[in-house]
Amino acid sequence: MEFDIRLPIGLMFAIFGTVLATYGLLSDPSIYQRSLGINMNLNWGAVLLISGFVLLYFGRRAGAKS
Amino acid sequence: MLIQLSWIDFLLLAIYAVFTLGVGFALKRSINSSDDFFLSGRSIPAWITGLAFLSANLGAQEVIGMAASGAKYGMMTSHFYWVGAVPAMVFVGVFMIPFYYGSKARSVPEYLKMRFDEKTRGLNAVSFAVMTIFSSGISMYAMGLLLESLLGWNHHFSIWFSGAFVLAYILLGGLTSAIYNEVLQFFLIVAGFIPLVFLGLRDVGGWAGLTARLEKVSTSNGYGPGAYTKAWAYMGSADQNPMGVEWFGLVMGLGFVLSFGYWCTDFLVVQRAMAANSMSAARRTPLIAAVPKMLFPFLVILPGMIAIALTYQSGSSSFALPKKLDGTFNYDLAIPMMMVQYFPSGMLGLGLTALLASFMSGMAGNVTAFNTVWTYDIYQAYIKKDGDDKHYLNVGRQATVFGIVASVGAAYLAASFNNIMDMLQLVFAFVNAPLFATFMLGMFWKRATGHGAFTGLLSGTIAAAIHHGLTLPGHAVVGIKGGWLGAIKMYPSEMAQNFWTAIWAWSTCFVVTIIVSLLTKPKPGSELKGLVYSLTPKQSEEGLSWYQKPGIVGIGVLVLIVILNLIFL
Repeated sequence: MEFDIRLPIGLMFAIFGTVLATYGLLSDPSIYQRSLGINMNLNWGAVLLISGFVLLYFGRRAGAKS
Repeated sequence: MLIQLSWIDFLLLAIYAVFTLGVGFALKRSINSSDDFFLSGRSIPAWITGLAFLSANLGAQEVIGMAASGAKYGMMTSHFYWVGAVPAMVFVGVFMIPFYYGSKARSVPEYLKMRFDEKTRGLNAVSFAVMTIFSSGISMYAMGLLLESLLGWNHHFSIWFSGAFVLAYILLGGLTSAIYNEVLQFFLIVAGFIPLVFLGLRDVGGWAGLTARLEKVSTSNGYGPGAYTKAWAYMGSADQNPMGVEWFGLVMGLGFVLSFGYWCTDFLVVQRAMAANSMSAARRTPLIAAVPKMLFPFLVILPGMIAIALTYQSGSSSFALPKKLDGTFNYDLAIPMMMVQYFPSGMLGLGLTALLASFMSGMAGNVTAFNTVWTYDIYQAYIKKDGDDKHYLNVGRQATVFGIVASVGAAYLAASFNNIMDMLQLVFAFVNAPLFATFMLGMFWKRATGHGAFTGLLSGTIAAAIHHGLTLPGHAVVGIKGGWLGAIKMYPSEMAQNFWTAIWAWSTCFVVTIIVSLLTKPKPGSELKGLVYSLTPKQSEEGLSWYQKPGIVGIGVLVLIVILNLIFL
């Protein structure tokens, strides 16, 4: 196997999270009416960002071991 | 109603596309032999093959079809997971993978050649090749239709574009590319569906609000109050529940025959376990997959149940399932319409990416299984036996192109059923149902012979066709739904008809295989070592920790599944 799959997935999730959370901070709050008043972009973007870093961490740790 | 995507949604889609193709390019260097291309060089760790094992099946039929069934049948849809898939996954991991992986067969049909004979392999290889093309075509069709109705994208464009996209990443990285994308897609589906379920549940007033509304759905459809929220309570007879199936037909037809047939013998999923880096990893592949699998009803069935509940009594939003021109609900739109309802720009892009990823990887799974079977079991077996490895690698690449083009053709054919799941079950019933009897006898009865297996398979498939031709689900017209030999029996639903078709096919194959085997000469025991249970030395589990032992993990999974069934009894 060439590389640990957690690295690209982690990176992608981190980018997704950053994009969503930033958009959530800057976007017009009225678009969150449809998500029942919750700023899903900001909240879920933050979750994705953290998950991305967790995946990156484990991917790198596994890479360092071998 | 057409949805306008904003730039942020397209940005997320573009990021996904770049990563998918990027992974393909990064893997290109590691493809040097046909073994790398078709089997990932048998080098992938168990957790990755496990997630791929799960995701290879998580294509269009799963996410769209399961939510559609959730809206149509309610909680009973969980039987597809808790009676069907999970027990079968435990069985294949504990009992069957040792023969697949240990025999060094490169495909499921090749195992059949080792265990039985050439004609049994040929029959299986050809029918499997046709089936994968159809499955792949169905997912393309579903995606094209969805994107057209939702976003106004031309469906011809969607079909050809997704075909080209999948083609590119499989040609680059072979099976590894497909497996990596399946893992990526697993995470994307989870990331896209958790917020959907969260918002849906919030809208409907939590579990309590959902059950209260679903009681209304049950009673206004003429069932007992819990028919949409209980998995078992209304299974006593077929007319008490929306699925129109009684417990025996369900447990035997769906549980024992169809699910075991699919998860234990379908090369699409078994191929993922064959790519694992050790016997222990191969055996744990389906067991690792079983754990998220048993939780998936909460991600893919629950949205459908929420959708139908809100349709009968709205929540704080105005969500309702759209209807088709003929006035019936368009169940297949449950997931996409909920995304449109609840997701603002941004999240909508994420949800759409998750859906597209699942369509793509469903197609990729089929195409990677197809090109392997085509190359090893059809081309190498019948067309050119003595090519060098480079030649077969090339043939595999050409087969990938052919597979995609044929899928596109199948996509244009796949338009007549309203619920994708029903159509797939029908195809599986004809081809897969007898198959499990063949494998069971092949792996656990050393007396079973090639002639027996072949005639058994053939008569099982014919029995399926005859049963389908003689029966008809209620209110259906004679034709593709059955009855073309003269409808002598009516079933309450298509589902019930499919399950019983499977039961007939399995039983016929089982009996015919035994009779013909007893009348023909068996292979000598020396040729069956490693292929049959009684002639294979037991796997040594020394030095493995408890969580690496398939037996122990398998029992743990089964205990959890019993608990889940009891909770939703």
